[in-house]
Amino acid sequence: MNILEAVLITIVTASTPLLIAAMGELVVERSGVLNLGVEGMMVMGSVSGFAAAYMTGSPWLGALAAIIVGAVFSLLFAFLTLTLVTNQVATGLALTLLGLGLSGMLGEPFVGHPGVRMDNIHIPGLSDLPLVGGLLFGEDPLFYISILLVIAVSWFLFKTRAGLTLRSVGDNHGSAHALGIPVIGIRYLAVMFGGACAGLAGAQLSLVYTPQWVENMTAGRGWIALALVVFASWRPWRVFAGAYLFGALTIAQLHVQAIDLNSLGFLPGPFYWLLAALKSVPTQFLSSLPYLATIVVLVLISRNRRLTMVNTPASLGRAFVPDR
Amino acid sequence: MDAEGGNAGEALLDVRGLTKIFGSLRACDGVDLKINRGEIHALLGENGAGKSTFVKMLFGSLEPYSGEIRWKGDKVRITSPGEARRLGIGMVFQHFSLFDALTAAENIALSLDDGSPIGTIAAKAKALSYSYGLPLDPYSLVGDLSVGERQRIEIIRCLLQTPDLIILDEPTSVLTPQEADKLFETLERLRSEGKSILYISHRLEEVKRMCDGATVLRHGKVVGHCDPRQETAASLARMMVGSEVSAVTRPPVDTKADHSPLLEIRDLSRKAATPFSVPLRAISLSVKAGEVIGIAGVAGNGQGEFFEAVSGEALQDNAGSVRISGKDAGRLSISKRRLLGAAFVPEERLGHGAAPLMSLSENLLLSRYSTDRKAFLGPLGTIRTATIESASERIIKHMDVRMSGKDPEAAALSGGNLQKFIVGRELDRQPSVMVVNQPTWGVDAGAAARIRQALIELARGGSAVLVISQDLDELFEISDYVAVMHDGAMSQPFAIAEATFEKIGLLMGGAAPEQAHPVGEIA
Repeated sequence: MNILEAVLITIVTASTPLLIAAMGELVVERSGVLNLGVEGMMVMGSVSGFAAAYMTGSPWLGALAAIIVGAVFSLLFAFLTLTLVTNQVATGLALTLLGLGLSGMLGEPFVGHPGVRMDNIHIPGLSDLPLVGGLLFGEDPLFYISILLVIAVSWFLFKTRAGLTLRSVGDNHGSAHALGIPVIGIRYLAVMFGGACAGLAGAQLSLVYTPQWVENMTAGRGWIALALVVFASWRPWRVFAGAYLFGALTIAQLHVQAIDLNSLGFLPGPFYWLLAALKSVPTQFLSSLPYLATIVVLVLISRNRRLTMVNTPASLGRAFVPDR
Repeated sequence: MDAEGGNAGEALLDVRGLTKIFGSLRACDGVDLKINRGEIHALLGENGAGKSTFVKMLFGSLEPYSGEIRWKGDKVRITSPGEARRLGIGMVFQHFSLFDALTAAENIALSLDDGSPIGTIAAKAKALSYSYGLPLDPYSLVGDLSVGERQRIEIIRCLLQTPDLIILDEPTSVLTPQEADKLFETLERLRSEGKSILYISHRLEEVKRMCDGATVLRHGKVVGHCDPRQETAASLARMMVGSEVSAVTRPPVDTKADHSPLLEIRDLSRKAATPFSVPLRAISLSVKAGEVIGIAGVAGNGQGEFFEAVSGEALQDNAGSVRISGKDAGRLSISKRRLLGAAFVPEERLGHGAAPLMSLSENLLLSRYSTDRKAFLGPLGTIRTATIESASERIIKHMDVRMSGKDPEAAALSGGNLQKFIVGRELDRQPSVMVVNQPTWGVDAGAAARIRQALIELARGGSAVLVISQDLDELFEISDYVAVMHDGAMSQPFAIAEATFEKIGLLMGGAAPEQAHPVGEIA
């Protein structure tokens, strides 16, 4: 395994949790609900995934537990915002705070224990191919699930009647209700799907990325996922592009911070000077680079206001009380 | 379409004692109504009489408190719009229940309960739309369509479900006279096919022309059943309102008085701010002292954008494009324009014309703190509550605003009374320029007459009044000149004596073959 391959594989591992959480939130927001609790649901997924895997020894049971816990945790949000019609922003923030606190408490006994890692896939022959073998055929299972998720969400939203109904609820809940579409019911399902995805994304961190439990181990990834959905103008493949861009820059800047310039004299001039320039700027700037670059790129590709308008769920974050 | 269902002579729909209560309001109170097969039945009543509540119960989107509905002789409970559709009841909504970000075909698919693919639905909708002479491009984005075209989608969507009863809620309130004629042809054809129609309107001439029977509602109660063909418009109006409506009088313009232009719009252009808004195209108009100029047009042809540019909600690059009292105002804020003597009444009452959860006197202060700073505010910017409350009471008295309690929240007033207060608040300043968007939309007949008379009196007192309205009857009642907006451009104003419904209707429709709308690309 050469260095490039290793870097690429770490990029994939860093991007996968963002992608899974963001796909869930995309479906939630397309239904017109703004759930700012992604971070909280993710960290609940991390701790429950770790705990279940640690106790049963099966990372798959861990992932399943994380999905269930994420969905159930999001049900709290759904009940508060959809049934009791509380403010979505405030409730989402509260969910994040609750998730961070609760996970710290529940995870206390697991701190410092070695976790169970979900093994990478190995397909004899294919996985051993040079360069692409490990990258395409030897990743962890959640990577493949995340890609399937993008395809499935994109197909569901734009090619199925159920997806059309979900988008209609997000576009105009008043009209949807007048047509007899069960607005609240659809939003409950969407929110729970988002919770399940966030839970799974959290489990990826504690079962694949760094198989252990550390308090606050999501480290703001839930917020990144939220931002990706908005900056990608609620389109699945743009979320995919955004997640990988962010993941790639995060890993790249870590490597730039770590390299020893003296050992790189063999590089062609321009590359060497570029690296030298990057190394000379403060590390805080390098750390912020992924955030800046992702925002800039996604804003640039979302310049078409017409397309953005058409894809923006017009009822996003608005409370809905059906009159009966 | 089962013409055999039920015995001959039996009513298709027979509603008895339908009641709906919202809090302390009996929105519908024991309403009886009967519709036969092949009948166009009118449901008449003023805004707030309970018409919409009644049909929402028929369509299953509201649950009745008591009463029964018999459909083809059987007692039914309609619990959801889906249930209503299965029974054979279709509905065309007043405020369209369409989704802007979806295509026409997707909108139609959402209300069909079969799972056929979009392509099939699009083809069926297109074929049906052409057979009724209501051509429709199923792949156009609803946000790009005119209101007339949106209504076509609603009608086609309704017809695709092959209903026996079609409910149309105020279908012509957004159409040009020519589009309305087209709709009437369609309805005649549906009647000849044996379908029944429940036609909700407050336009009496239409009802007299089209309907076989009518039920009149007032304050939630049925006040009479009649055959509209045997009635006069005046007798129907009396049934609806319950008393004679005082006619608006428009004295001739005093030719000796000063008629200098007080509001001038010069070559006003504006780019579309959002993909679904309309750009303004080189609008020029001059409103002179003593005159009322009316602006007609189908909703969504740039009236809102025009009002924003005139009122200062949207600033212009060119300061000279809006001139108030002889001064360039295109780059001035709303308050600065008010200081030049202008007053504005926006279309949306709650949230735009008034802050819903603030009291009337607070709303008065909000719109007049700059023009009446000396009277309303103390030296340190403190609020002189007593002065403002007495000014508020003066307005309430002058405009005959009816409400419960002293100084209630704006949201607690009915639409008509709040509109009287908002218009009165501006009139109270004696502005030299008054711009009003939809002055009497959703306002009952008595209040509408009061507002219209007040606008005429203001003009005759030497102010320039500009009224934007979709209601042609209203414009004919109060305007000295009428101009028409279409697709962001404005026609030359012409004297009201030279205007006819037909002429204005043609201009509202663009007076040119209907242009094809570009079909939007969607991701």
